[in-house]
Amino acid sequence: MADTRTHAVAHHFDDAEQQREAGKLGMWIFLATEILLFGGLFCAYAVYRSNHPEVFIYAHRFLDPSLGALNTAVLICSSFTMALAVRAAQLGRRRQLVGLLGATIALAVCFLGVKGIEYERKWKEGLLWGARFHAKLAPAPPALPQTLPPVPPAEGEERSLIPPAATGPSGLARPGRAEVAEGAQGPPHDVQMFFAVYFMMTGLHGVHVIVGIVLLGWMMVRARRGEFGPEYATPVDLAGLYWHLVDLIWIFLFPLLYLIR
Amino acid sequence: MTEPTRSLPATPEHTVGHVVPVRVLARVWGALLVLTVVTVAVARVDLGSLNLDIAMLIATVKATLVVLYFMHLRYDRPILAVVFAAALLFVALFVSITLLDTHAYAHNLIPDYGPALPK
Amino acid sequence: MTGSESGTAGFGTGGNALGRDNYLNHERGVRSWLLTRDHKRIGVMYLVAILSSFFLGGIFAELIRTKLWTPGNSPLMTANTYDQMFTLHGAIMIFLFVIPGIPASLGNFVLPLMLGAQDVAFPRLNLASFYFWIGGAALALISMVTGAVDTGWTFYTPYSTTTNSNVILMVAGVFVLGFSSIFTGLNFVVTIHKLRPAGMTWFRMPLFLWGIYGTAIIQILATPVLGITLLLLIAERALGIGIFDPALGGDPVLFQHFFWFYSHPAVYIMILPAMGVISELVSVFSRKHIFGYSFIALSSIAIAVLSFLVWGHHMFVAGQSTLSSMIFSFLTFMVAIPSAVKVFNWLATMYKGSIWLATPMLYVLSFLFLFGIGGLTGLFLGALAVDVHLHDTYFVVAHFHYVMFGGTVIAFLGGLHYWWPKMFGRMYSEFWGRIGALLVFVGFNTTFFTQFVMGSHGAPRRSYHYQMQFEPYHRLSTIGAYILGFGFLVIAAYLVHSLFRGRPAPANPWGGATLEWRTSSPPPHDNFAVTPEAGDPYDVEAWRWDGAIGGYVQREPAPQPASP
Repeated sequence: MADTRTHAVAHHFDDAEQQREAGKLGMWIFLATEILLFGGLFCAYAVYRSNHPEVFIYAHRFLDPSLGALNTAVLICSSFTMALAVRAAQLGRRRQLVGLLGATIALAVCFLGVKGIEYERKWKEGLLWGARFHAKLAPAPPALPQTLPPVPPAEGEERSLIPPAATGPSGLARPGRAEVAEGAQGPPHDVQMFFAVYFMMTGLHGVHVIVGIVLLGWMMVRARRGEFGPEYATPVDLAGLYWHLVDLIWIFLFPLLYLIR
Repeated sequence: MTEPTRSLPATPEHTVGHVVPVRVLARVWGALLVLTVVTVAVARVDLGSLNLDIAMLIATVKATLVVLYFMHLRYDRPILAVVFAAALLFVALFVSITLLDTHAYAHNLIPDYGPALPK
Repeated sequence: MTGSESGTAGFGTGGNALGRDNYLNHERGVRSWLLTRDHKRIGVMYLVAILSSFFLGGIFAELIRTKLWTPGNSPLMTANTYDQMFTLHGAIMIFLFVIPGIPASLGNFVLPLMLGAQDVAFPRLNLASFYFWIGGAALALISMVTGAVDTGWTFYTPYSTTTNSNVILMVAGVFVLGFSSIFTGLNFVVTIHKLRPAGMTWFRMPLFLWGIYGTAIIQILATPVLGITLLLLIAERALGIGIFDPALGGDPVLFQHFFWFYSHPAVYIMILPAMGVISELVSVFSRKHIFGYSFIALSSIAIAVLSFLVWGHHMFVAGQSTLSSMIFSFLTFMVAIPSAVKVFNWLATMYKGSIWLATPMLYVLSFLFLFGIGGLTGLFLGALAVDVHLHDTYFVVAHFHYVMFGGTVIAFLGGLHYWWPKMFGRMYSEFWGRIGALLVFVGFNTTFFTQFVMGSHGAPRRSYHYQMQFEPYHRLSTIGAYILGFGFLVIAAYLVHSLFRGRPAPANPWGGATLEWRTSSPPPHDNFAVTPEAGDPYDVEAWRWDGAIGGYVQREPAPQPASP
């Protein structure tokens, strides 16, 4: 500890501060790309939810909000331990740093475990995405809402003047959402769409959690070697930023997927 | 650094950046957990379309707390906030314009109709 | 032959460094190249890589044009092979050549030099970016062998989810290339923010850096959306996720929104650095200070931001709503403003300058002419009603090539010739350089102007067969493509020749005032013996021709009284 390896400033930087700030700016820019990556999925979510609200209201009941809330709490705690870990690194408290990184990793694994339980249930019930969806929806789910929200009728002017090609004699085109609007019992069309969105969003997030575990594990190895200290804590700081972003995205995923009304 | 006589603080900010006090971090942590409980509780009450707004509002508050304190944005250079805000702005742009368009043509979509695929 | 230093220390130092220690011979062996973190070597490796893919894409183009010599079936290739050919031509040229093109090769080499820095901010990331490029290219090549994609470079659903060709591998390749692009952009932004030298404020940066900066913003903000689009497409094909599949409730038009949210800004990833190159060249070869510096600089940022607001103009005939189409059409016209700001400032720079028609300047003139046509025909296509007629015709092909080839590739060639002496320490043959520029210009216009005419007569693009009435146009276009190809062979021949036999280049053969000309040609490993002081990057009159070394030297800085 006494003689922390002095991390030489790379030759093209003037001093340690410039190097640290460059690293931070680089990391934030990378986080910006992550936000836009997830932005695509949020866009898909917004489009399908606003076009098929009945599907989302119907299908989200298959998710267990208590497990979702548990996972939210787990991730928030891991963010807290991560923030403490960054602090420990800045202050050069090596044992504390290693412990806190370990706690963060443990919480991350816990998150994946809960996620795994949820995925397994979905898998068993056949509540899967698109083509793989094979759940028997006949028994109405636990609490089907009494009144489905009315679907706004299409305004005459906004309809295309050209009739859809599919409304031919073969009758390919079905009346669409009309039957749902009438409050018919039973599942709406395209329930699999919700699960496509659900699995893509949580799946991509899960991949990020796994990457985060690897990253934090690497930081732990380096911390054990005593590479970090008051002189040099940037890598822990940057890994922390990444981990907080993973938390941040989950903070939005949780209400959007589990708490729909 | 020009005045070597002045004693540096216990945490040399020039090399490791701002060190956030434990008390602040703990409070943020507590607030995040409380807000999680609140958002679950509110979701049980039917408030119509307000539900989504409230859920998003709470999530935004939580996210703000994480960004400002856990991610140090409050203590860091403004340029980092600019980068972050730019990302959010462009996501908003992407989502809103795409929504605008799909809303306008959504009525013409035909459910279950995929001409290229054998059903 | 190594010209010894003239003048005071720190000025005009270096001269030619071929016999001395420079970045090319600082370390030896293949390993020292493959594992280098030197931005100059990475730039050179990128240059070799992207030129190889340009060659490959060019071969496909020549094959396509050869098939189109005849309107009917051709023994050269079947209709399906033709689809694969133009898909690969497009995908290779765009993802492997034009997008990384100028920033990754010329930008990597020049950017730290222009900043008087020793390297980019993250040298290891820079090398990683190169290997991501290699990885992406390898995946694309494998997909080519195992079932070349026939979807067109846009991978539109639902065809791309149902075709038998190997879409997953190709798309995975493009996804990996996205990482390369993001890392390059990230590196450049941080470098420009953090490594500018003393005295170089934002508005004293060379305009090439503004171009690169604008490009990097787009690379950072748009590329991830392509990433998620491609992930969804892979998930669609591999798992049947259904987000873009109408049979499962998905919306194929949404794919186009996703795709163009990246791919329209991507064409500005391609053109902005080209505009940066032109801004450098036009001042140097007019021997005059750039006109309207801050307008050119800020218009780069304006273009970068506006580029995100116009993606829907690719979807006017794709089922997009009328409302969105009108908004996008309006915004598309807006892009013309910052583009025109640039063009007029370049023209004003040339006005009353003493124009030196060296090879790079010939490319600048080509650029102004061709980009002018390309940009203005873009306005035709941005007009809703006109687009309905022109959208699926060769008019679009011609417009696109006028911007991408007439803009980006021409500027790339100009920049390549401009920085070639700095990169390799040798001058190419000026005579052959001009011949090459002329051949490219003539060949290009013969190929693509014809397509404007053909397109406005309604010749459908992408198709293997065509009607007899278009045969003369197609034949003329094919002849042009051969001239163009021949022009490139000439360029390749004299550039390679110059590497071995070229006259050793002086430190500043063109009289540029940016910092890269203050070090030797080629630069030493650490770029500068003495960190240069940044001044006005367009003060070209501070340099005078010195016949003895065949290049420019800085005027004696001592006498303070200003010369008129």
